[in-house]
Amino acid sequence: MTNAIGNVASLAARAGGSVVRQVRSAVDPSAARPADAGQAASGWLAVTVFREPAEIDPAQLPAPLAEFGDRIEVRVRPAPGGKGTELAARLRDRPSGSAAQRLSGKDPQADLRSALRKAKQLIEVGEVLAVDPAPHGKRSATPGGALLEAWTKVAPKAGVR
Amino acid sequence: MKAVTWRGVNEIGVEDVPEPKILNDHDMILQVGLTATCGSDLHLMGGYIPAMRAGDVLGHEFMGTVAEVGPAVTKHRVGDRVVVVSFTSCGQCWYCKQGLWSLCDNGNPNPGITEALWGQAIGGCYGYSHALGGYAGSHAPYIRVPYADQGAFAIPDGVSDERALFASDAAPTGWTGAHQAEVRPGDVVAVWGAGGVGQMAARAAMLMGAERVVVIDRFENRLQQVRTHIGAETLDYEQSDVPGELREMTGGRGPDVCIEAVGMEAHHPGPSYLYDQVKQQMRLQSDRPTAVREAIYACRKGGTVFTLGVFGGLVDKFPLGAVMNKALTLRGAQQHGHRYIPEILERMSRDEVRTEHLATHVMSLDDGPKGYRMFKEKEDGCVRAVFRPGA
Repeated sequence: MTNAIGNVASLAARAGGSVVRQVRSAVDPSAARPADAGQAASGWLAVTVFREPAEIDPAQLPAPLAEFGDRIEVRVRPAPGGKGTELAARLRDRPSGSAAQRLSGKDPQADLRSALRKAKQLIEVGEVLAVDPAPHGKRSATPGGALLEAWTKVAPKAGVR
Repeated sequence: MKAVTWRGVNEIGVEDVPEPKILNDHDMILQVGLTATCGSDLHLMGGYIPAMRAGDVLGHEFMGTVAEVGPAVTKHRVGDRVVVVSFTSCGQCWYCKQGLWSLCDNGNPNPGITEALWGQAIGGCYGYSHALGGYAGSHAPYIRVPYADQGAFAIPDGVSDERALFASDAAPTGWTGAHQAEVRPGDVVAVWGAGGVGQMAARAAMLMGAERVVVIDRFENRLQQVRTHIGAETLDYEQSDVPGELREMTGGRGPDVCIEAVGMEAHHPGPSYLYDQVKQQMRLQSDRPTAVREAIYACRKGGTVFTLGVFGGLVDKFPLGAVMNKALTLRGAQQHGHRYIPEILERMSRDEVRTEHLATHVMSLDDGPKGYRMFKEKEDGCVRAVFRPGA
């Protein structure tokens, strides 16, 4: 019996989700447009922060996100299963970027992606983790080394989200 | 200060590097007492994990004395003797709170690289490429330790430096494998690889109640260590048919849990080794999964296979049919050491976990290139080369 109730609840939740998606498509045509490979068409970038939703005030965002001002929209909603709060942001003006641009941190949302990660760290840990300057020996000038250095520089901004 | 660095494929150097500084409030600076080579370092050395730059300081298994603490460090004071877990994990994100510390959301400052490779970024690791954060490693007199309250553990009085050293990586990695594979009392457990991690996985399985534990390797000195110091049984894969022997040992069933502690450079006496080697050298696959295939083949129906050895990318001829049809559970992980180190140190203090025998060759940082060569080539029975920066 418990399982049966659970199944009904699950079906209802899925149906509800579908309704929500359709409503959002109606008010936000971007949700229905074709997506770039590996990226949601809506343009939202999201991180899950291990805090209760009540602890994250969209009007009092950490500095890296607040600095975007009116250039971004922010969405906060509970993460399922007690995983915390989904904090999402997207640029109001959303020029599209290719998958290659995202992976190399050169897409239009690269700075926002980095800001979201920093905001999550500030909320969860209280500071943004630094790594440079890290002690190292002599860097040989090789094509592989130059490529890796370039990728490392953009890695905080790059990603699949 | 002097440090052992990666200079290029199969090229290890000793050179002067700047001393580390505290960069975050949660940091500490550790004066390194002992720092070990690890089998996973050989993947960096051989160029199998390509995100290394010439000049990167190696080393991720270490212990020492606290030299300086940041203003937010509360658990440790200057002068404390501590062992540090290899992974940098914040302790505050959902993954850390679940005990899945190596999956930390915040511990890798270069998340874009592993997101591109694997879909999500895992935590960071000292001296283990720019893909895992670009942190300087421990083969140096001093190292910066971020999230020090989470990653450093006070060493109990009576536990020697040589024993505590392996509570940094080899032992907690072994514990991660045995615990996450859910070894239960009465299980028969087979472990591929008799290096430090394989030995510790075997010891963990025994302490978790396994009825029989068998460790598989080809180096007699390592198998002898298993019999003498761990108390497990052994199989030499060059002298025996491993799946056949395991079936015979288990009444035809196969081991309940198979832990692979070999990684991406596995060897095998059969033609599959040649096949994997050719494909790896031609860059048609990044890793050689020979031992994983054998573990899957040998495992009993409904059993668990755990990949504890380090893999970086893609493999060929993966026996998915056996996984599916035998209803196997396939799991893997880097170490969640923060979760296991307190227990390991306690067991070390009770003499239930002994690791000193792993440090077969202790030397100064100046001998870094020699130590890595001996470790890679297994010269003079080298199981682990260990560097003492103060020597």
